[in-house]
Amino acid sequence: MSVIPYLLTCLALAVFIVSVAARIKRYLNKPLHVRWELYPVAHDAERASYGGSYLEDVDWWKKPRKKSMMGELSFMVPEILLLRGVWENNRSLWYRSYPFHLGLYLTAAFMGLVFLGGVLELFGFNLGSGSVIGSIIIALTNVIGPAGFLLAICGAVALFHRRISDSSLREYSSFGHFFSLALFIVVMATAIATWLFADPGFAMARSFAAGLVGMKWSPIPSHLFTAQIVLGAILLAYIPITHMSHFFMKYFLWHDIRWGDEPNIDKPATDRKIGEVLNYPVTWSAPHIAISGKKTWAEIATHNPMAETENTKE
Amino acid sequence: MANSPIHFKDFGKDTIQFRHISPDDLSPLPGDFENKPWTPLSEEVKEKYAAILDDTCILPIPMPKTKEEEEELVNKFISGMRKLFQRENNWTFLAMLETTMEHCAKCQTCSESCHLYEATGGDEMYRPNFRTEIFRRIYQKYVKKDPLARWRHGDIDLNWRTVARLGELAYRCNICRRCAQACPIGVDNALVAREIRKIFSQEMGIACPELHEKGSMLQLKTGSSTQMTGMVVKDNMDFIDEDFSEETGFSFKTPWDVEGADILLIHNAGEIMAWPENIAAFHIIFEAAGLSWTLSSELAGYDSINYGVFYDDVQFARTAILQAQAAKKLGVKKIVIAECGHAHKALTVIADRVLPEPLKVPRESYLPLLRDIVLSGKIEFDPSRNDFPVTLHDPCNMTRLMGIIRPQREIVKALCPQFREMTPHGAFNYCCGGGSGYAIMHRNNIEEWRMKVAGRKKLSQILGAFSDCRGPEAKKYVAAPCSNCKGQIRDMIKNYGLMENETLAYGGIVELVVNAMKAVNPGFIKWEEYG
Ligand code: SF4
Ligand code: SF4
Repeated sequence: MSVIPYLLTCLALAVFIVSVAARIKRYLNKPLHVRWELYPVAHDAERASYGGSYLEDVDWWKKPRKKSMMGELSFMVPEILLLRGVWENNRSLWYRSYPFHLGLYLTAAFMGLVFLGGVLELFGFNLGSGSVIGSIIIALTNVIGPAGFLLAICGAVALFHRRISDSSLREYSSFGHFFSLALFIVVMATAIATWLFADPGFAMARSFAAGLVGMKWSPIPSHLFTAQIVLGAILLAYIPITHMSHFFMKYFLWHDIRWGDEPNIDKPATDRKIGEVLNYPVTWSAPHIAISGKKTWAEIATHNPMAETENTKE
Repeated sequence: MANSPIHFKDFGKDTIQFRHISPDDLSPLPGDFENKPWTPLSEEVKEKYAAILDDTCILPIPMPKTKEEEEELVNKFISGMRKLFQRENNWTFLAMLETTMEHCAKCQTCSESCHLYEATGGDEMYRPNFRTEIFRRIYQKYVKKDPLARWRHGDIDLNWRTVARLGELAYRCNICRRCAQACPIGVDNALVAREIRKIFSQEMGIACPELHEKGSMLQLKTGSSTQMTGMVVKDNMDFIDEDFSEETGFSFKTPWDVEGADILLIHNAGEIMAWPENIAAFHIIFEAAGLSWTLSSELAGYDSINYGVFYDDVQFARTAILQAQAAKKLGVKKIVIAECGHAHKALTVIADRVLPEPLKVPRESYLPLLRDIVLSGKIEFDPSRNDFPVTLHDPCNMTRLMGIIRPQREIVKALCPQFREMTPHGAFNYCCGGGSGYAIMHRNNIEEWRMKVAGRKKLSQILGAFSDCRGPEAKKYVAAPCSNCKGQIRDMIKNYGLMENETLAYGGIVELVVNAMKAVNPGFIKWEEYG
């Protein structure tokens, strides 16, 4: 029985990685899509500040385009770390959503610190020996962990309350939404209880991490801690199979679609893809499309269903 | 009834009308304007079409008369929805659509950015996510067939009323994508409106006649949705050349089908009939600047419109291909698109990954070219001729969707001493209310809806820009470099009596340029013609 939390954690990690990879792969396997950008496009080095684009130049295709990675980063970092879009467009929700998200970021950082500490201990480094590195890791873990749990639970409760009490959110919220938030609340409450009553210095957590990595799956000395591990594993596996996968898919929605302003100039790969999609079969049924003998996009798009009906030059 | 709560379960209910927006609930306008009640839809319309959403009927869905017809409507809709999620049938937008289905957090952060939601006093039906949520629930339950759909995504009743209302609801959105701009995740509610329109057109054969039969199909047949063939358009252009040469004192002759010209200029052919002064202004400027340019009389080569952009990918591709073929035939160096917003985006941006290699020809907006001409000193201007308050409307297609923001400002700032911005503007502008095809629609209360709801925010913005010079004494001008936007603004000026009460004229940017040209007789812009 003592191996169950370890097994569950491994399984949850595997589900997490596979689900994330599968979603990304699925997106990357999508056919070429048309351009559908939306300005401001953050990587436009000179014009992002006012929403401009290279299309503001005469003969734009002859001019070098100045793309800036920094531009994307300077937009994305506050967007992700501070939820800038929600701050600007939905302030009252931000007061609830931001603590929740910040709590999750801190919890993720806490998990990183726990694993770092655990692995160091696995290799014989005694964190508690008074070394600077050890002290820093312990101090950060002790501050970031509880802060993360508290912020996340407060945010989740506030969001749950808002979803129930605000009719514009309630009508759109499914059982799944409430279940997700409830799961966060339970997981964070368990984490807080574990911290308060079973593992105040997170030594148990580090030893679990060390055991997991070093494959020494020794029994866990606390039921509360075991419960935390099991619930945490469930949450980890659950997140990427829900709409919350937006936390990584957002990259594609922004980078590939919203900022996808790459023109098809000297791009043999794009031309090849256009050739490919134009040869896809079409089965739309409306009479102006379902024309006998015309099966592919190329055939249908180059066929003028009205051409025979009138001499266009008369 | 407006602003009363809405429940998704009621969307398919057997009621005569799902929603009624009370004129009293509409957002206030800056001025003393009466909110008249809706004109009731005629009995004939109600009998013929499934006009069961609200007080307007835009998409003519035939009213099903039998159980079988009701079932057929649902089955065809689901069949079309399935095709939307197939790579072969919808490679164009599959990536955007699927991510929009999967990643919405239902946070409603996008709501306040929608001018329709604001205009209706925050009516739930106009929340950008409302239509998407219905579509999403149908998709999860009936297309993706998620066995837990009801719990994971929420439930929805699917019957012919749900389908008819959703089809009509796809036409309560300007597809301006302002809501998409506000979404922190990158979800696109505007796209969903367009995808629903695609199901109706591409699968069910149901589309707005102005966009389809009298729009894209007519363009494929005659070359232009105005019904003008190449011959007719040339005749009309001769008149424009003659009339405006005489009137302006600047003699010009429009060049046709000049092989090897640098520029193929494509107008929205609607301008030729409705605003010939816009056409003349372009041609005067191009001649005065000494450009090598031509028009084409090839099929669709003289009409930049591409209504497929609003409702149908196949019609979109067909039109874009014809336009590119016209340019290739003449061997021009580039296509320059005149004052038409959707044509800008269609041919420059969307067609970029539709046109195959042999049809690739560089395409650009007229605005950077015009800016360079105006600032180059090649033409002499007298900005005092434009010394009246001018504001600028930003067509969504050129600004939010293409990032062309500064050239038009550099032009009006150079030539219009009393230029003032609307708030907000540029990439964050508001749609005129005619966007996605409505500006050319007048039947079944559509114009009333455009005036009351869709154009409300723009009207308020225009009047706000002129807050220091309200009243009939000061002549004012709103520059809208897009045919559709101009049509909408023209109708608003008429509907709200803004010529009489505000002496407000409208037009494009090229008219302002010619109005300030020293080589042209003064008074190119004539307020009396707008009365
Ligand atoms: S579309 Fe975006 S902003 Fe709107 S509800 Fe969905 S996630 Fe929130
Ligand atoms: S696209 Fe424009 S009109 Fe449509 S819902 Fe979004 S903001 Fe409103």
